[in-house]
Amino acid sequence: MSATAKKQVHLAAQLPGIHNVTVWSDPRSGSQIAIDSFIRLAQTVERGRFDFFFLAEGLRLREHKGEVYDLDIAGRPENLTVLSALAAVTTHLGLVATVNATFNEPYEVARRFATLDRLSGGRAGWNVVTSYDAFTGENFRRGGFLPEADRYTRAAEFLTVARKLWDSWSESDLKADAVAGEFATSGAGRFAHRGQHFDISGRFTTPPGPQGHPVIVQSGESDAGREFAASDAEVIFSKHNRIDVAREFYRDVKRRLATYGRRPEDLLILPTANAIVADTDEEAAAYAQEVSRELVSPQTAIAHLEAVWGRDLSAYDPDGPLPGIEPEDDAHFLKGHSVFRKGRAETARQWRRLAEERNLSIRELVIEVGGRQTFVGSPRTVADAIDDYVQTGGADGFVLVPHLTPGGLDDFVDRVVPILQEKGVHRDDYTGTTLRDHLGLSAAPRPAGWGGPGRPPLGAASARPEGETR
Amino acid sequence: MTGTPDPTGTPDPTAVTNPTGATDPTGATDPTGATGTRGATGPEDAPAAAPGTTAAPLHLAVALDGAGWHPAAWREEGARPGELLDAVYWAGLVAEAERGLIDFVTFEDALGLQSAAFHLPDDRTDQVRGSIDAVLLAAHLAPLTTHIGLVPTTNVTHTEPFHLAIGIATLDHASRGRAGWRPQISSRAADAAHFGRRTTPQLTEDDVTDPESVSQPLRALFSEGAEAVEAARRLWDSWEDGAEIRDAATGRFLDRDKVHHIDFRGSGFSVKGPSITPRSPQGQPLVVSLAHATVPYEFAALSSDVVAVTPHDRPGAAAILAQVAEAVERTGRDVTERPLRTFADLVVFLDDEPGVAARRKARLDETAGAEFVSDAEIFTGTPTGLADLLLDWHSTGLDGFRLRPGTLPHDLTAITRSLVPELQRRGAFRTEYASTTLRGHLGLARPVSRYGRAG
Repeated sequence: MSATAKKQVHLAAQLPGIHNVTVWSDPRSGSQIAIDSFIRLAQTVERGRFDFFFLAEGLRLREHKGEVYDLDIAGRPENLTVLSALAAVTTHLGLVATVNATFNEPYEVARRFATLDRLSGGRAGWNVVTSYDAFTGENFRRGGFLPEADRYTRAAEFLTVARKLWDSWSESDLKADAVAGEFATSGAGRFAHRGQHFDISGRFTTPPGPQGHPVIVQSGESDAGREFAASDAEVIFSKHNRIDVAREFYRDVKRRLATYGRRPEDLLILPTANAIVADTDEEAAAYAQEVSRELVSPQTAIAHLEAVWGRDLSAYDPDGPLPGIEPEDDAHFLKGHSVFRKGRAETARQWRRLAEERNLSIRELVIEVGGRQTFVGSPRTVADAIDDYVQTGGADGFVLVPHLTPGGLDDFVDRVVPILQEKGVHRDDYTGTTLRDHLGLSAAPRPAGWGGPGRPPLGAASARPEGETR
Repeated sequence: MTGTPDPTGTPDPTAVTNPTGATDPTGATDPTGATGTRGATGPEDAPAAAPGTTAAPLHLAVALDGAGWHPAAWREEGARPGELLDAVYWAGLVAEAERGLIDFVTFEDALGLQSAAFHLPDDRTDQVRGSIDAVLLAAHLAPLTTHIGLVPTTNVTHTEPFHLAIGIATLDHASRGRAGWRPQISSRAADAAHFGRRTTPQLTEDDVTDPESVSQPLRALFSEGAEAVEAARRLWDSWEDGAEIRDAATGRFLDRDKVHHIDFRGSGFSVKGPSITPRSPQGQPLVVSLAHATVPYEFAALSSDVVAVTPHDRPGAAAILAQVAEAVERTGRDVTERPLRTFADLVVFLDDEPGVAARRKARLDETAGAEFVSDAEIFTGTPTGLADLLLDWHSTGLDGFRLRPGTLPHDLTAITRSLVPELQRRGAFRTEYASTTLRGHLGLARPVSRYGRAG
């Protein structure tokens, strides 16, 4: 493979403002809520020419044994509001927010993303997630109304409706013709949709931003999630801590695209990852070990175990072996934690097997199963590993989740990015202005005619000039 | 004359706009623009204006909407109609308002397209149509400004209170304590069809004949809106100060005793809580509402920190303040503990030379094909004349004014560069911001979490 044919490494960053991904006890750890933290991290990664900045969502604080969970970072802002502020202090960085398709309505979500796309000059992305969760639902009118089986049908229809709303203003509807006295056409914003989940009509208030449609992101690795991504998403977030698993996922998801008339480069696969960089590989390895133990305190280890076992395990030694007792299948010890919400007995069996095979204590096991891909080493080692991962079909790039807020990517941007640039796998400067530009996704025409899962193949939808994708 | 109440057609709120402009009880709406002249006669009636007096401070807010409040404003020379939905335009306006040391700006918004009719969508193409989300717009402007308060309008009929509460709290974080919120009910039945999960009353022509009539069918929506604000305030209180402890010794990030479920049960919704967003710099962002009648006065008394009202002359202002005071009394609000600031809304057309503003408005009316009328008094005149009027009305006990520029940026610039210096010369307006928070500007204390007090 010639140097010019190397795949580009797409980089994104997530502010790790929640749960046990941040070493909050570190003296360098700042606020996870102050706007300065968001501005600092966003401006750092824009300096590193990252594709986008990402914020997750969680609409209820987690609870443990009926009380607010107090061991990890909790408390975050409303993400689209933060990203709108960041649009004012960045110029190129994409701005991606998770917004749930269960506890929201399409009219408002479509309007908010159209607004962000306008305010940012075409840098908005939407991570469409689903929930059926009655626990979160207690904060909303909808409550726990949604059967789990309907999660993706509602999400797909939600996205279909959002696209109708974005398409309800054509490019030429906003006239602003002062001489003729025509501000907007009489048809601007008209829409109607009748489906299983939504029956709505009227006029949409907001002409689309420069991207037409924000970039659509999906996360989650279930079969339904993969299919949703293959039919409808342009980026998929995943979470792996082994490259063989990542490669299998990558192959499977890319394979599914053809069913929908899409090409492999129409959907980018970006696992979350952390990078721990030090002067030498040895120093980095030692620090990485320290970090993983800080992230999973003894109390956190027991709490995670309790979430799976569904019973009080406070008498167990976090540095000892896993409990021999069986899980309670119907208990909900840790509410609001998506990872452990089902299959307790099977999860417990897997964990016990893994712990026995590798002789892991409770805490070591929780560190192992909770971890994401982590690149550890000198700047050169980390850059080589990232490049290799992408070139060998493990991913199209990464969403980096630093273990410190907000300075956790300083070393990466200052020391690893220049090496990736030297290797010719990361841009020296932005070549476009929109998030679609950065991701190499088709910019225009926007994917009109896209439906939801099961829509007929549309070869034309992904047409774009050859060679545009790097 | 088409009888359009409001140039944006924004289905007003908490503000039931005077739908025809013709039935105001004071009869003060003067379509000739002579109000400027009347205001100019009153400097000696303005004791508050005298430098060195200890009169209550005068507060100024500016209501930003589209190209200005006149429906033909977008067609004026200097307007930028193609940019009304983009960031740069708004950044310029808010920077100008901040240069004028204005307490806060408000951003109009609604979950339906603007209409010239109060209660129905229309198909007009000759007025500004299209809008962007006001909370996100305000957040975008937060890092570009340092002192001015940012008050977006949101709907409280169709939007989830939880989403509203965390959005406004986040605006407060993003602006470091300058967030306000103008909750509005959605009075247009057509807006409900954008959501498809409930219906709201379809108002008739008869309903919209005057503010008292129109607010009656909307009473339930106001009541529900007050619940939405109450739920939001409880969510803002649900994290006490100091809830984040980062206690490495015990491994605890949070003191869970300082994070509370709110268990709010309203007539149409419930919210468990706590908020996902930690307590914001102001504790509770500032709630502002616009009101023209008994029901919305009660909404203000229940829910607001600032109420904007629409008197048409000095006696009218005094009468409305008495009505607001009665509403406060009826709802049992303790104004010692929770002061309610009162602002009067005025639409303003300002030019330095006498008569120019009135001629400008007449020309705009001609362009629009109808005389512009408003729920609020329309002032056409000089900045000096407006200063006279403001100080005169201020002496009735009003805390301040929310000025609606007729055209942007012209009338905003006249406010910041002529009116404000004139008020400063008279010792009636600040010469620098003395606070960095919106509550601070208005002399309002940062509330303590109710849960902290209880526990």
